[in-house]
Amino acid sequence: MLFPLLLLGLIAVVVLWVIGLYNGLVGLRNQVANAWKQIDVQLKRRHDLIPNLVNTVRGMMKFEQDTLERVMQARAKAVSAVGVNAKGQAEGELTQTLGRLFAVMEAYPEFKSNQNAMQLQEELASTENKISFARQFYNDLVMRFNTAQQSFPANLFAASMGFKPAEFLEITEADRAVPTVDLSTGTPVAPAAQAS
Amino acid sequence: MSSFYQPHSFYDLQAANRRKTTLLIVAFLVLFAALGYGFDWFFGVGMRHGGLSFPLPIFCFIGFLLGAASASMSYFNGASQVLNATNARPADPSVLGQKQLMNVVDEMRLASGLPPIPVYVVPDPDPNAFAVGRDPQHASIAVTQGLLDTLDREELQGVIGHELSHVKNLDVRTMTLVAALYGGLVLLSDMGARSMRWGRMGGGDRGRGGRGGGGVILLLLWLFLLILAPILGRLMALAVSRSREYDADASSAEMTRNPLGLASALRKIEAATEPTRSIGRGAAHLCIADPRGRELNQSENGWANLWGTHPPIQKRISLLESMAGVVTADAPEVAPRPATAAGGLA
Repeated sequence: MLFPLLLLGLIAVVVLWVIGLYNGLVGLRNQVANAWKQIDVQLKRRHDLIPNLVNTVRGMMKFEQDTLERVMQARAKAVSAVGVNAKGQAEGELTQTLGRLFAVMEAYPEFKSNQNAMQLQEELASTENKISFARQFYNDLVMRFNTAQQSFPANLFAASMGFKPAEFLEITEADRAVPTVDLSTGTPVAPAAQAS
Repeated sequence: MSSFYQPHSFYDLQAANRRKTTLLIVAFLVLFAALGYGFDWFFGVGMRHGGLSFPLPIFCFIGFLLGAASASMSYFNGASQVLNATNARPADPSVLGQKQLMNVVDEMRLASGLPPIPVYVVPDPDPNAFAVGRDPQHASIAVTQGLLDTLDREELQGVIGHELSHVKNLDVRTMTLVAALYGGLVLLSDMGARSMRWGRMGGGDRGRGGRGGGGVILLLLWLFLLILAPILGRLMALAVSRSREYDADASSAEMTRNPLGLASALRKIEAATEPTRSIGRGAAHLCIADPRGRELNQSENGWANLWGTHPPIQKRISLLESMAGVVTADAPEVAPRPATAAGGLA
């Protein structure tokens, strides 16, 4: 009489635990999906901001036209990219060309006095940060989600309940390369040197 | 290795803060009811039952209601009370520096997965910052103009990350409640002082009448409580343990992945010796650094240990630097105390 009761109790405990595990994993999976969307939001915002900045600084930077062109080309590629890999690659290149533009702008004192350009630069710099912080948060969540699935004894149930480990956002090759800026052409002396 | 501070998890800190706020509210209600009952005892309507005489708990009930009203006001409205008291104004996105502040707050809340947080600026030249609110959905961040003028972007990120950690682990709930309740206690103590004068003139004979020596002791105890109410408020602020600052520093570093930014910000905040005048005593424990200036921020012994709401800044800086792998040879007063002492601070 006692044994079946104990067995029943044990089964009830296991069932309750599995329900808790399932709900916890669903919550984490949705958080991961939401964090992924946050990155998308920031990438979209960057695409929208870039034309404004480029148009504002174009008049002031007659001598850096190819830097601006490269930014616009990288943006166009990023907007039209399809698929996670291609997107990651294109966005990484965009980050790199923007880094170069910022470094060049740093070298021109004219921008410091142009309120509009400063504001746009702040917005874009902040968006760059938001992208990397959103990615960081996404990766933190992926780590928690995967750990929750893979630790014992959750790993005995997670796969059969349809949970798969989420993928980390790796740093692309383009991101890893430090943006190289030749400051000798970025200094205010440059226009004269290029004109000659 | 020993200089690393082992931070508590967000989950543990949230649970602790929920517990603390419940306890605070219960203690507050008990205090109000007890003070009301004291009033009944000396000035109220008496009744007899089986040879014992005791007063009807009329003021006790009123006190309880007052306490409940005051506590729920503090809980739901405490954040705007504190913001109003410090003259905080919503950040203006058309001013470049304030727009940058709003951007940094947005960056850090993305790094910590929080909802959007409203940002306020306090017109005060001394660098300081605080967060208020009862939960992440009803939280705000305020920084002084002095902080915006003093810090660069990376340092600002560190400070904002610190404040958002307080939001995320629900420190804000406890700290805002304490700040708002403190205001209520000061009010109560003023009322008590007034009623005492009235009591001495009017209802004196009742106090002398039936209750004798025990009554005098009770009266003294009651007056003591009444006068000490604001000091109890201070003690409540201290009960919000100082280790919360180490935890917030550590998770700020985790958000920014740049502990040196916050370390350098703390150094600049410490170098500004002026007190933050806009922030009153009741809200001191909310701030990133004690608004009363440096002397209390410096040591961990004696008087400062008893009354300081913040751990010494130097120690916070060297903990942050050790996270970044910087060996601080020039911090002798910190070295002999390993980080385990930080956990025991509470």
